[in-house]
Amino acid sequence: MEMNQYLEVFIEESKEHLQACNEQLLELEKNPEDIKIVNEIFRSAHTLKGMSATMGYEDLANLTHQMENVLDAIRNQKIKVNAEILDVVFLAVDDLEAMVQSIAEGGDGKRDVSEAVEKLMLIEKGESPAQSSARAETAAAIAEPQGLIKSTYDDFEWTVIQQSKEQGFESYEISIALRADCLLKAARVYMVFEVLEKSGEVIKATPSVEQLEEEQFDQGFSVTIVTKETIEDIRQKLLNVSEVERIEVLPLSMGNYSPQKAAKVEEAALPAAEESTEAASDMPKEEKKAPAAKQVSNKTIRVNIERLDILMNLFEELVIDRGRLEQISKELNNQELHETVEHMSRISGDLQNIILNMRMVPIETVFNRFPRMVRQLARDLNKMINLEIVGAETELDRTVIDEIGDPLVHLIRNALDHGVETPEVRKENGKSEEGNVVLKAYHSGNHVFIEIEDDGAGINKEKVIKKALKNGIITEQTASTLTDKQAYELIFASGFSTADKISDVSGRGVGLDVVKNTIESLGGSVSIDSKVGQGSIFSIQLPLTLSIISVMLIEIEKEKYAIPLSSIIETAIIRKEDILSAHNQKVIDFRGKVVPLLSLKEIFEVPSESHEDEFISVVIVRKGERMAGLVVDSFIGQQEVVLKSLGNYLTSVFAISGATILGDGQVALIVDCNALIK
Amino acid sequence: MTETAAADFKLIVFQLKDKEYAIPVNQVRSIEKVEHITRVPRTAGFVKGVINLRGIVTPIISLRSRFNLEEAEYNEHSRVIIAVLDDMEVGLIVDSANDVIDVAFESIEPPPEVIGSEESNFIKGVTKIEKRLFILIDLERVLNPEELTAQDGRGIAG
Repeated sequence: MEMNQYLEVFIEESKEHLQACNEQLLELEKNPEDIKIVNEIFRSAHTLKGMSATMGYEDLANLTHQMENVLDAIRNQKIKVNAEILDVVFLAVDDLEAMVQSIAEGGDGKRDVSEAVEKLMLIEKGESPAQSSARAETAAAIAEPQGLIKSTYDDFEWTVIQQSKEQGFESYEISIALRADCLLKAARVYMVFEVLEKSGEVIKATPSVEQLEEEQFDQGFSVTIVTKETIEDIRQKLLNVSEVERIEVLPLSMGNYSPQKAAKVEEAALPAAEESTEAASDMPKEEKKAPAAKQVSNKTIRVNIERLDILMNLFEELVIDRGRLEQISKELNNQELHETVEHMSRISGDLQNIILNMRMVPIETVFNRFPRMVRQLARDLNKMINLEIVGAETELDRTVIDEIGDPLVHLIRNALDHGVETPEVRKENGKSEEGNVVLKAYHSGNHVFIEIEDDGAGINKEKVIKKALKNGIITEQTASTLTDKQAYELIFASGFSTADKISDVSGRGVGLDVVKNTIESLGGSVSIDSKVGQGSIFSIQLPLTLSIISVMLIEIEKEKYAIPLSSIIETAIIRKEDILSAHNQKVIDFRGKVVPLLSLKEIFEVPSESHEDEFISVVIVRKGERMAGLVVDSFIGQQEVVLKSLGNYLTSVFAISGATILGDGQVALIVDCNALIK
Repeated sequence: MTETAAADFKLIVFQLKDKEYAIPVNQVRSIEKVEHITRVPRTAGFVKGVINLRGIVTPIISLRSRFNLEEAEYNEHSRVIIAVLDDMEVGLIVDSANDVIDVAFESIEPPPEVIGSEESNFIKGVTKIEKRLFILIDLERVLNPEELTAQDGRGIAG
């Protein structure tokens, strides 16, 4: 079967399921008694197992299968959850992730998973995974995959079984034993097949049909059938065939799928039939239910970003035409046309919102891998860490999301390794033993900010400078003139590491300079603030290359500009006589603060038809703590717009961070308030 | 030069003032009518602003202004030639664009040395077909980003 077309879906869904496993495992660690969580994990693992078996990734399927056994034992309360067990399950998930990653990179998804499998088997047996691996061999022998069914199915057959189930068909494996004195066995086989083919579709026979026709079997054979009839009906019909002694029917579902090799098919003759039916009745009921309990929470389809771009561009053309239509309808003044156009405007407005939002992805998709990572790091470093995530719903353009993960991993590692102290040291310094790391994302202006804050030791400025001097990054002369911030930022210089000894965690020969480079290549910046003994904040500022922001549209003469709403504190209309003058700078008193006034008309050199008004319109904007009042002609209103770049030709235009296309098809420039306030 | 270069190639012909200019067709993405241009403040004088070209914000420069010719009002013949160079897309405003010609590579001659005006910096060569003289422009020089010097930021003390 051609699998390539499903590969992408497989990879994406596997990643989702693994992420779900990770999250739920972390939950489970907090609530070890909660069987609901175990069920969730089981479900993800189970789906993953089915998918990887269908796709032919055996190592993946094997490991998930073993993991599932452990989870099953946990939910049946045969074993109790503890940190060691979770470590092993996490290890298995890591292996699975690595395999999926390998597949995603075009590999074959093969990996030596014997360590994880061995440990899982030990757990399943109720032993501690830490025990000597010498016993693993016996364990492996005992934990043979359960022979629930005697036929084995290849991936294609399983796909058929699975798909027919989705269409309301049931699959049964029917074992038929012929009487020992049966003379024309092949004829009986033919009759059995005739009955079965009337009831449904035979998808497999063991031994093979050819062998059956040549009477190459003893008394029994088995047939797998996909049908809508009940077991009883089929059983009765088959018993009508003379010389049939006994019939065993085993319903099939993904639940009793064990990824065995096809080599076993030969020996799977009738003697196994009785065992298998017994085993089937022993089988826990949930096992069969599991595939039915499908995840309904998020139904998504995946769309190539390029298609979205095309859709968006097409839509913008539509919006322009809408504008024209509105114009025409106004001129013609035809009631019917007017109403139609109005309706169309409303619908296309809704449509626009949908399209614009499609490219945006919550940063959650990046953040949600960190709890797991922090847990592992904290264990490795013997530190106690509480990770808090704020603003995971902050939406970012997909392209930025794809790039930002690695730098964040680096910074979090850095915070845990160099920032947060060991519990002993924290206690000595009068802090709680548990260190806090806050990961925060929020929109501000046409930027997204991501902050990593820890309440650790902070950065020792003297130490940083000393090291920078030693490594020849700065000279004595510059060292004396550095501000605190500049000194901190030295740790981003290439070849710099503040750790006295290289640790396993962050001392991998890759410094924070890589982080800085990556962020800058995205058009962002990173800065550090720190207080010795109290902690540090790494703040990343990223542009929204192509995303939607709320802006205030303003007008200066005939030109329209957009000011990002997040830079705006408020708008005001002030009297001319309220303008004060300080050092040749016009200022106003804004709620007790002296705020300088900037004339956008002057800054943007707007051709002026100068007319003086008694009142002036001011947009009060801020950059951090600083404020300024931008004098404009009039406010048009608030609007959601798509950010567009000015292209590769006009790369650095003063105080303009981009452009947007308005409803009438005209381009409006977006004011970069950060550039206006220095 | 390679063989392909020796073969005929197509030029888009456009007019500025009283002369005819040409630009290879492979450097042209499309030819548009002049629509609303949004001025971009504090850019070089020949940068007229940006337009919305089917959803893409595209910068527009005036070739008259770039060649130091006096500006003219846009009329129904005015066109924007969307030129592509490397990964830049820039619209060039011309007086009119209404011809495509085939020329042989050999027929391109170096620019006459006596032109001596601003535009001579942007000329790659000339070619003569019958009685018409076409001036082949050098897009790389026309779009030289180093001449795009926007003035320094004039922020305020905050």
